[in-house]
Amino acid sequence: MEAFVSLAGGLAVAIQPANLLFALIGVLLGTAVGVLPGIGPALTVALLLPITFKLDPAGSIIMFAGIYYGGMYGGSTTAILINTPGESASMATALEGNQMAKAGRGGPALATSAIGSFVAGTIATLGLTFLAPYLVDIAVSFGPEDYFALMVVAFVTVSATFGDSPVRGLTSLFIGLMLGLVGIDILSGQSRLSFGVPELYDNIEVTTLAVGLFAVGEALYVASRRHVHEEKLEAVRGSLWMTKEDWKRSWKPWLRGTMFGFPIGALPAGGAEIPTFLSYSTEKRLTKYPEEFGRGAIEGVAGPEAANNAAAAGTLVPLLTLGLPTSATAAMLLAGFQQYGLNPGPLLFADQPKLVWGLIASLFIANTMLLVLNLPLVGLWVRLLAIPQPWLYAGILVFATMGTIAANPSPVELIMLAVFGVLGFLMRRFDFPIAPVVVGLILGPIAESQLRRALSISLGDPMVLLQSPISATLLTIALIALILPFFLKGLGRFRAVED
Amino acid sequence: MTSSSQRRIDVAGLVIALVLLALAGLVWWDMSKLQILSPYDLGPKVMPIVVSGGLTLLAIGNAIGAFRGDLPARDTLDWKPIILILGALACLIVLIRFGGGFMIGTALLFAATSTAFGRRAFVTDFIIGAVIAVFVYVLFAKLLTLSLPAGPLERLF
Repeated sequence: MEAFVSLAGGLAVAIQPANLLFALIGVLLGTAVGVLPGIGPALTVALLLPITFKLDPAGSIIMFAGIYYGGMYGGSTTAILINTPGESASMATALEGNQMAKAGRGGPALATSAIGSFVAGTIATLGLTFLAPYLVDIAVSFGPEDYFALMVVAFVTVSATFGDSPVRGLTSLFIGLMLGLVGIDILSGQSRLSFGVPELYDNIEVTTLAVGLFAVGEALYVASRRHVHEEKLEAVRGSLWMTKEDWKRSWKPWLRGTMFGFPIGALPAGGAEIPTFLSYSTEKRLTKYPEEFGRGAIEGVAGPEAANNAAAAGTLVPLLTLGLPTSATAAMLLAGFQQYGLNPGPLLFADQPKLVWGLIASLFIANTMLLVLNLPLVGLWVRLLAIPQPWLYAGILVFATMGTIAANPSPVELIMLAVFGVLGFLMRRFDFPIAPVVVGLILGPIAESQLRRALSISLGDPMVLLQSPISATLLTIALIALILPFFLKGLGRFRAVED
Repeated sequence: MTSSSQRRIDVAGLVIALVLLALAGLVWWDMSKLQILSPYDLGPKVMPIVVSGGLTLLAIGNAIGAFRGDLPARDTLDWKPIILILGALACLIVLIRFGGGFMIGTALLFAATSTAFGRRAFVTDFIIGAVIAVFVYVLFAKLLTLSLPAGPLERLF
């Protein structure tokens, strides 16, 4: 019941009028940006990061919670109405939701996704509330070698295990790790990969990388193949509300989706794609209306959306308790913490209980706000979707460049943005996953410092990694997760199955 | 798993492999200049060694993929919009570097991107871009007190 007491303390922080306002602004901004086609939750958070620079940590992180959930909600709206999932986790939603919209049932599709997200988000945040203290207790007993091994597990699962191609996933990861080397090494004071450029001495900004890869890269990619692929916006016709029948068909998928999403999201392996596709195929198997699947079955929206949101809340478990981001969005949230010198992990729960629990309580509040605001405001969001594509991408690029120079007023920062944009374009073109680069950049230096701490305790003996039982187990898991996809081709290929 | 007609060497894939190999070499070269301060462990060299080794292995992996023609199919590519957008970004960078402020550059970026996406109204879009630039400047510089590089135009506000 310790969790309840902490949560109550967090609520006291979260319902302060200023913090409520931050949560509201976060939810609105997150939805508004997230709803724009081509902008997924990770980019939403990255683009809006500069706005929170001048706030106090609690207010800023609470705003982040709102942006995170708002961005997710906005993303599913886009998936349903224009069939452009901003991230792979909304692909299942796009599959059925867009068909529903085409059949004039866009309203109920949006409603079931909003209510399902609320149900799943609330249950999953409760799960986070109760799970976090236990994990913190376990995490306290971790030595640096155990932490390092845990990060290796995260690296492997994020990049190799669940992607289309382990080689391409690992390539992305190692590009991220390489970028993570750039700058002054804190422990020895020597600069690495900086080539005498002063701007490179203090590391590559995660936001510059994310905005470059996601925003500039996406703009270049879409512009380069505009002649091949045209987007079409479905109008929301008919009633917004769900019928009794819709409710009856939705509530079980919501709960089942949550059951898939939260546990898988909470594993330090992470990712929301697997639970959404698991949920989709489960609903497809259990439905009484199999003939509707592929032509707009409401279960196919309700389940995956719930799974997606539950997984997003689940991702916060390893992020907050272990400091382990397992998705690009979580990596951006970690960057948000780091700009205040806060390092998520067991110590944060001990040092800043008000902040952590205030954040968790704000998740409940943000979730409720989304439910209350978004259905009535859906008309407004749809209008945002109708912004002509040229202006949309032009606006995204303007905001991306301005956010970048506002964070770091130097032409070099913009050159980096452009370079990362080209990188993002090439990675899209050759089908390299993007999230592992971001995770590699932010997690690489943390993993390095744990590894070096472990090695200096052991006087340089690398066997320390295998002598600790926790670390040895985790490294074995990582090895299996690395080798497995080479033997079981198609482990993560739900996509091919669903096509 | 691929039919013989698809078993063609993918040149782009080979280039990717070579770039990865070059990066591995760069990381290794950079690492070799670092000094080890502690007699017990490799200190700052550990991670570059791991990264360089990993990149080398992945270069080999990518090269194998390229020889087997395993790369995903690609659409034809329209280079003009890419050059347009990157060109505008370059203008923006140059303008900021030489104290021209960011507003003109931003308006140019807006108009160029919009043209890259098929609009044919450069002047209108340039004006829209300028308005957005002013709006964001006021939002960032005045409301959020972030510093944006200022040129002659920005000092008017």
